[in-house]
Amino acid sequence: MNPTEIIEIEQVSTTVPEPVIDSLAAIRDMVSACIQCGTCTGSCPNAFAMDLTPRQLWYNVLMGEKETIFHSKTFSLCSVCYYCTLRCPRGLPLTETMSALKQIAAKENLASYKKSIRFYQSFMESVRRHGRVREMEFMTLYFLSMKNPFMPLQFAPLGMKLIGKGKVSFEIPSKGNGALESIFRKVEALEQNS
Amino acid sequence: MKYLYYPGCSLEGTALEYDASTRAFMQGLGVDLLELEDWTCCGASAAEATSHLLSLALPAYNLAMAEKMDGTKEILVPCSACYLNLKKVEKKSRKDPALLDKINTILKEKNLHYHGQMRVRHLLDVVARDVGPGEIVSRVKNPFIDLKIAPYYGCQCLRPYPIFDDPEEPRSMEPLIEAVGAKIHPWNMGGRCCGASHMTTKPEVALELVTAILRAARGADVIVTVCPMCQMNLEAYQKKISAISKEDMHMTILYLPQLLGLAMGLSEQDLRFDLNLSITKAFRDKIESAML
Repeated sequence: MNPTEIIEIEQVSTTVPEPVIDSLAAIRDMVSACIQCGTCTGSCPNAFAMDLTPRQLWYNVLMGEKETIFHSKTFSLCSVCYYCTLRCPRGLPLTETMSALKQIAAKENLASYKKSIRFYQSFMESVRRHGRVREMEFMTLYFLSMKNPFMPLQFAPLGMKLIGKGKVSFEIPSKGNGALESIFRKVEALEQNS
Repeated sequence: MKYLYYPGCSLEGTALEYDASTRAFMQGLGVDLLELEDWTCCGASAAEATSHLLSLALPAYNLAMAEKMDGTKEILVPCSACYLNLKKVEKKSRKDPALLDKINTILKEKNLHYHGQMRVRHLLDVVARDVGPGEIVSRVKNPFIDLKIAPYYGCQCLRPYPIFDDPEEPRSMEPLIEAVGAKIHPWNMGGRCCGASHMTTKPEVALELVTAILRAARGADVIVTVCPMCQMNLEAYQKKISAISKEDMHMTILYLPQLLGLAMGLSEQDLRFDLNLSITKAFRDKIESAML
């Protein structure tokens, strides 16, 4: 297999598929004690850019409104700062719930989250191959997966500066030694059975 | 004092100067760092966004390797994202034996077993509480009396686990900065979010957050950080932010061990000041007069 093809995503779905409903039930349990106080919204540094506030997102999770949830940008805008988790008066794992929604979007390849999904998948692919992430390889994999020839240009000035400082170097994506292959496989197997 | 040392991937790449300055500074204090052999990526924020189980398995793999090493059960981590990932496994595996079993089923693939004995420490925690400001004061050669420093903590060394500082109003860096003679820039942005990897995927959002931080730091000579992601976001986009906001947003951003190390008389070469992206002329001038 051509190493650049590994993270190709064949199909991107625009409708929310059936298995999402099951996984959403587990997520509902995580926030079932939510009292809709809005402390999370008031604490979120990214709320200004969200279409649903975090509080509204939890409401939709509780109501099982999967179409609304997975057509909203909200969970993908979580930058994992843990303010909401720290302050939630019910002690709910809100940051982890945001991540659980990201995980569903990644597993189902939902089109609206293409950029974030491919960014994270490219990162993990580099880790899977080499054990440690190679920053330039990971960005190259990301650009390739986005199939946008102009995208690298956006990052070129910083990239050149970092190369000039000897912090990163040009890297053609390579297969690596598969340092963590067995761990990744075992995790995938366990997740399929659960 | 002796610690196992987990540098993490950024410290081999974009944050080389954080690794170099941490090692030089610790050596200057007589603290031994023993690098974890064959360490691998902790999963950063990417694992958690794709698989919860993987986000625990990757740090657990490293903790299991660390547990097998002799000498100490304390592992020092300079990167806040790595720190939190490792800390999460330390905390969760203690509370949830079933989860620890599940993690160990995965580690068996590598013939490893995690027993839950490691204590994960952030660099700032170790410097603030184990080393302490007194130890630094006694070694200062160049007091930076003309410098005003804005301490920036970011998120993940403070939250969700408030181990060594207040998660809302952090202050653990202040005695360390005062130990080298510098003043504290009063602000309430120390624990705010820099936007993390949004800078790549949603730059319009992250730029807003960084703009607010840089603006609030006005009046300070330096922002000091303890995380490679914070450092990169604060230092690498200043030109762009200045252009967008039509304000001069240029500011020197240093890693904490770079600032403290320089005051202790370590050289700029050892602390790799050549690798920073935003050292200003005004800062240079002040430093040079302090070193005379």
